[in-house]
Amino acid sequence: MSTLLEIEELQTQFFTSAGTVKAVDGISYTVDEGETVAVVGESGCGKSVSALSILRLVADPPGKVVGGKIRFQGRDLLQLSDEQMRDVRGNDIAMVFQEPMTSLNPVLTIGMQITETLQHHLGMSDEEANARAVELLGMVGISEPQRRLSQYPHHLSGGMRQRVMIAIALACEPKLIIADEPTTALDVTIQAQILELMKNLTRQFGVALIVITHNLGVVARYADRVNVMYAGKIIETGSAADVYHSPKHPYTLALLKSVPRLDLPRQAKLDPVEGQPPDLARLGPGCPFRPRCRFAIDRCATENPKLEQVNPGHLSACWEKNNLTSPGTGVS
Amino acid sequence: MSEATMVSTAAETPSPRAALQENLIEVKNLKMHFPVTEGIIVPKVVAHVKAVDGITFNIKKGETLGLVGESGCGKTTTGRCILQLEKATAGDILYQGVNLNKLRNKEMVPYRQKIQVIFQDPYSSLNPRMKIHDILTEPMRVHNIISDSAARDRRVLELLNVCGLSARFADRYPHEMSGGQRQRVGIARALAMDPEFIVCDEAVSAHVVSIQAQVINLLEDLRDEFGLTYLFIAHDLSVVRHLCHRVAVMYLGKMVELADCDELFDNPIHPYTKALLNAVPIPDPTLEAKREHKIIKGEIPSPINPPPGCVFHPRCEIAVDGCSKTIPEFRELRPGHWVACTEV
Repeated sequence: MSTLLEIEELQTQFFTSAGTVKAVDGISYTVDEGETVAVVGESGCGKSVSALSILRLVADPPGKVVGGKIRFQGRDLLQLSDEQMRDVRGNDIAMVFQEPMTSLNPVLTIGMQITETLQHHLGMSDEEANARAVELLGMVGISEPQRRLSQYPHHLSGGMRQRVMIAIALACEPKLIIADEPTTALDVTIQAQILELMKNLTRQFGVALIVITHNLGVVARYADRVNVMYAGKIIETGSAADVYHSPKHPYTLALLKSVPRLDLPRQAKLDPVEGQPPDLARLGPGCPFRPRCRFAIDRCATENPKLEQVNPGHLSACWEKNNLTSPGTGVS
Repeated sequence: MSEATMVSTAAETPSPRAALQENLIEVKNLKMHFPVTEGIIVPKVVAHVKAVDGITFNIKKGETLGLVGESGCGKTTTGRCILQLEKATAGDILYQGVNLNKLRNKEMVPYRQKIQVIFQDPYSSLNPRMKIHDILTEPMRVHNIISDSAARDRRVLELLNVCGLSARFADRYPHEMSGGQRQRVGIARALAMDPEFIVCDEAVSAHVVSIQAQVINLLEDLRDEFGLTYLFIAHDLSVVRHLCHRVAVMYLGKMVELADCDELFDNPIHPYTKALLNAVPIPDPTLEAKREHKIIKGEIPSPINPPPGCVFHPRCEIAVDGCSKTIPEFRELRPGHWVACTEV
């Protein structure tokens, strides 16, 4: 499979009165055609900002992509003019946002919001666009699609609205869909419906998917590869199986140990990551996870480790990455 | 329940099972119907939202009962009825034999001290204009638990300490604290009253993963230390499995299944419970690849006009004709395992 998206040393910063916040601090990863890549991490780790940066949707000011390259099918998106970028958005790369309640325009009908993209990018006539909209709504499992075209977002439930968002994302048959917490606001049975729908449709049309989530279960169920982010950096990357079964970064390890399991009887008390995530405006030298890390050594305070290979395809940014074999190290 | 399963259920938690004979709370046929009105000057009741529609359960002393279900199933309303924040339409709530629904406001006061609540959102449940010290002492003053102000100050420090906050937080305002720290204040406020019973309404839901685990552990430590009884309302089933002794599943105002924690998660009987458990992804890619995903169809109907018969039948895989006519009885299929379904 060929590489669709190549992100290289991407840096996005916010210039605020409290100082410069390095929300995304030099991340690199690739997405192959038709592949599902998950970006996981806790709130404030930069996962959403990294996604918005790909589509150049970071509000400027206060934010700005200050460095790096985003190559999509060979073109560097950061070099495109605003007009060229508009052609990419929705047409080549589409986005599904977290809040279906706020990402649809409440005063426009569902039909208008779907046909807008079709008419803008593909130059369809009203009739063609309407027919395609009906087809798309049917595809995402919305009943009576013809009638829905004239309805407004408030007529629909949260799950239905997210289906409409997916229909809009699929409208121009993009190569890549970025889904930012697509199911966080939904109930668990509806979440399963939406994720299954996204999986089936992306397979059917060979669309690559970047899923941004904090839910480790969702990643395990749907992703081929995982990028774990902490404090604006990717700290571990690899296939889902490698990262889950033999995590090579203390943060990933701690994250996996801090969630209770549904499928197993209660074992012992949870083992939470102590402390708080760092303030991204005040990062010192050294590894940002060090104050919360059980494996920290002297070197961690002064030198920030780079992402390096542990096994083929499995990378970790930790000085002690090969010495994490005894999880917990007596502290529990 | 056999002796063997008892042991496995209790694993690691200091077994409250042995002492669990006495009912602390009994809820009998509780109904909460909210009127839907039309008209501004002379409001006319046109329909009712049947938020809770006839549920019965008990909570034993020292037990943690999990109440799970999706948005709008009535789990929060059930908690609010027990707290007497809503006046129930019908049914009884017995607290150590006393029917709270029949008490006048004044008679309720001593029970308000024994029954406390921890809310979901630590941002909206703390008064932004009060310092943490004042937030914690206010209930003590209102209920006149500690009249001496120096003793109250000592109590505040003690509560902060118990909840894992340092003493300097007493002089802070909520906006100076992180979400996890605020939730600890919410927990300390509930503890300030020396309660016996705490309704935890999505108490761990608003946090990032690593902070959530800290709050779960705190709730667990406090339960063991002070012998608290919890009604643990949550939508996150993994957390419920971790923390609860028994679990009740609600759907559209009805209770569909109730059983001991491991029994419910390992041998679910009701088709809704099965679908719900199947929908939760497990953080293990190898396991997920092997797992069969049965996706439940449709969405939750409106509680204003719930389906006739069994409320779950329009989405149910095993529904038969009779399901749309008769309301299934909540019956004890196995010892301690209650189900509302005629087809199992």
